[in-house]
Amino acid sequence: MQTENKINPQMEMAPPAANIGVRGWLKENLFSSWINTLVTIIFATIIYFIVKGILTWIIYSADWQVVSSNFRLFFVGQYPLEQLWRIWLSLTIVTLLFGFTAGIWKGTVWKLTIFLSIVFLLITLLPFIPLSAKLWLVINIISLYLGYFFINKLPKNKVITVVGWFLSFPIILILINGFNLLAPVSTNLWGGLLLTILIAVVAIVVSFPLGVLLALGRISKLPVIRWFSIAYIELIRGIPLITVLFMAQLMVPLFLSEGIEINNVIRVMIGATMFSAAYVAENVRGGLQSINRGQFEAAKALGLNSVYTMAFIILPQALRAVIPAIVGQFIAMFKDTSLVAIVGLIDLLGIAKTIVANPDFLGKQMEVFLFIALIYWIFSYSMSFASRKLEESLGVGERY
Amino acid sequence: MKNNKQLITIPFWRDNRIIPILLQMLFVIIVFSAGFYFFSNAIAGLDRIGIKLGFSFLKNPASFSIGESLIEYSPSDSYGRAIVVGILNTIKVSIIGIFFASILGTFIGIARISNNWLAKQFASLYIEIIRNTPLLVQIFIWYFAVFLELPKVKESIKLPGGIYLSNRGTAIPWFEANPSLYLWIIFFIIGILLAIISWKVKLKAQISSGKRKYPLFWSIGSFFLALIVAFFVTRQAPVNIVYPTLGKFNFQGGYIITPEFSAILVGLVLYTATYIGEIVRGGILSVSKGQIEAAKALGLKNSTTLRLVIFPQAIRVIIPPVTSQYLNLAKNSSLAVAIGYPDLVSVGGTVLNQTGRAVEMITVMILVYLAMSLFTSFIMNMFNKHTQLVER
Repeated sequence: MQTENKINPQMEMAPPAANIGVRGWLKENLFSSWINTLVTIIFATIIYFIVKGILTWIIYSADWQVVSSNFRLFFVGQYPLEQLWRIWLSLTIVTLLFGFTAGIWKGTVWKLTIFLSIVFLLITLLPFIPLSAKLWLVINIISLYLGYFFINKLPKNKVITVVGWFLSFPIILILINGFNLLAPVSTNLWGGLLLTILIAVVAIVVSFPLGVLLALGRISKLPVIRWFSIAYIELIRGIPLITVLFMAQLMVPLFLSEGIEINNVIRVMIGATMFSAAYVAENVRGGLQSINRGQFEAAKALGLNSVYTMAFIILPQALRAVIPAIVGQFIAMFKDTSLVAIVGLIDLLGIAKTIVANPDFLGKQMEVFLFIALIYWIFSYSMSFASRKLEESLGVGERY
Repeated sequence: MKNNKQLITIPFWRDNRIIPILLQMLFVIIVFSAGFYFFSNAIAGLDRIGIKLGFSFLKNPASFSIGESLIEYSPSDSYGRAIVVGILNTIKVSIIGIFFASILGTFIGIARISNNWLAKQFASLYIEIIRNTPLLVQIFIWYFAVFLELPKVKESIKLPGGIYLSNRGTAIPWFEANPSLYLWIIFFIIGILLAIISWKVKLKAQISSGKRKYPLFWSIGSFFLALIVAFFVTRQAPVNIVYPTLGKFNFQGGYIITPEFSAILVGLVLYTATYIGEIVRGGILSVSKGQIEAAKALGLKNSTTLRLVIFPQAIRVIIPPVTSQYLNLAKNSSLAVAIGYPDLVSVGGTVLNQTGRAVEMITVMILVYLAMSLFTSFIMNMFNKHTQLVER
């Protein structure tokens, strides 16, 4: 590089063509040194072979008929066809609440709303979807936007939304199970994505309060409670989820007295909850430790007892700090629910296994597993996307 | 328990010294009575089907075969031995997995912060895809859709270096020790000792004299010298390489990596590497820019900066989270049960199904995994202490 001592403003030259535009970008980002060039060549070769392999497979051998003819199975498993409206109604409740949430908080939730409606629209446009499903999907899209545009016209919109989310959980369970209010649908008919989501949601919702209690127990001054919490958390975190699920499947029935029976979906939910609680506890403990000592001292100075200090001063701050970690835990739990297929439940992965085992669809493993991988991916990715944005908007990283 | 010296006696339910004790006693009573309830139910239930708790069944013959084993095993061996086979298989896949995941993870982490756009994008895409799909689904894809879909043994794909891919496994050339191996090992150890000594001596001389003494050159040279001497003494290589050849039904010779092992290994490595990659990236980024600038200002070369300035500081940040990733890998190896790789959970599950000893077998599994976690944490803690900052 040459530098001129005297710069004549009128004579100022444009930067050399090699440093700007496409060429400049290429030079800076791909070929800045010989090592860089080598890396570029290596990666280009790898990418070439991967893309070539995938394209050849998609064009010449992939056959997606196995997915289209089992589409319903993937999502709801063996759930009876005439009761399917209950699932759709549950979904509509969720989309409406989602629309409410998007209307109030906008930002990321709004982006996810748009994404969700596009996904629904794409599914609606698929040729093999029955008419009734198309109708429900359109209703869901409408309820998303209806929620978005009308929540702000209602009074106390935030209260409505939060209470709505809390109530939706039991309502949806009643809708799906029946509980004698509606025609009961036994849990062994639950399957596919529905079962995956149900296990994940139950595990995380129930394990959250348990986890908070365990975290409080772990930092408690009472030795018995502290040691119990430590033992529980470390024991569970030391063993794989599959052993916990085995335990739930094989030992829970042993532990109950004769006559009491819990069906296997509930047992798996218990196992997943117990497992998840230990991890939630560690996350919450991280949040509790991030709270400044001054907060405890200030609470004490105000004359609050330890219960009030925890409930009104420490926990609200600690939980706020660990929301992203809890979302991460939820994503992990969502992915981990695939393990229930090993203990014989027909969740999304279990359905895939049964379809692959069907002689009609011999040799279509790749299509089936890639399809469910895509479903898992869409869910996990949108959750981690939302969590990242949440982290930014909470400013967790900057504050502490 | 009341304090008599106090003028105002407070009722015990408001006494700050008594409430915690009462609370804990209550807690203990609840936990114990729940435990007692469960346990007595379990005993009663087992009684009905005629099983007594105890580990004596481990001596009975297992009478099931295991696909692959590191030690001699036949169906007439005991349940205990079958479980040991399972434990060894778990350890085998964990150690090999940790090794490859660390290498791949380091590459991914470096690629993520490299100034090469293509490498960066590739690494990010890889991480986003692998991290957001369940490991079990990935293992299923590798097993059912890749390794089992390879051509039959007769039409196996031949790769350079005498490697054959088929749906019965990957046959690779393997070593066969010959009698000179022991001599070679002795010379190898001598070579390493010589290398270390010459490195230290030359480095000391370089530091005290201020002149270049080429310690690296000397240590590598003396190591190879020892190997050359070994070759002249034994006049043969330490091991013979045996290439796999196509037999009647399967490959003969060489070593056959089963599809189950390949699938679980590839799945674990690719999955764990994404997490290790992110940790490595974070570790390197955690070294402050001033350190690198200071190293430059002192005139250190790029490689020396990396080795003596960036690496020792980054490793401190990297080790604790990487330890938990290693533990995760070991725990995730239990997913092998889904594709029939005979790890601890898989063998344990078979034993459990045959004997109905749920309580004992699950206890064994839990104890083994806990022991493995404790051992790994112990090793990594020692390593961690070694690298931690010595504070004043």
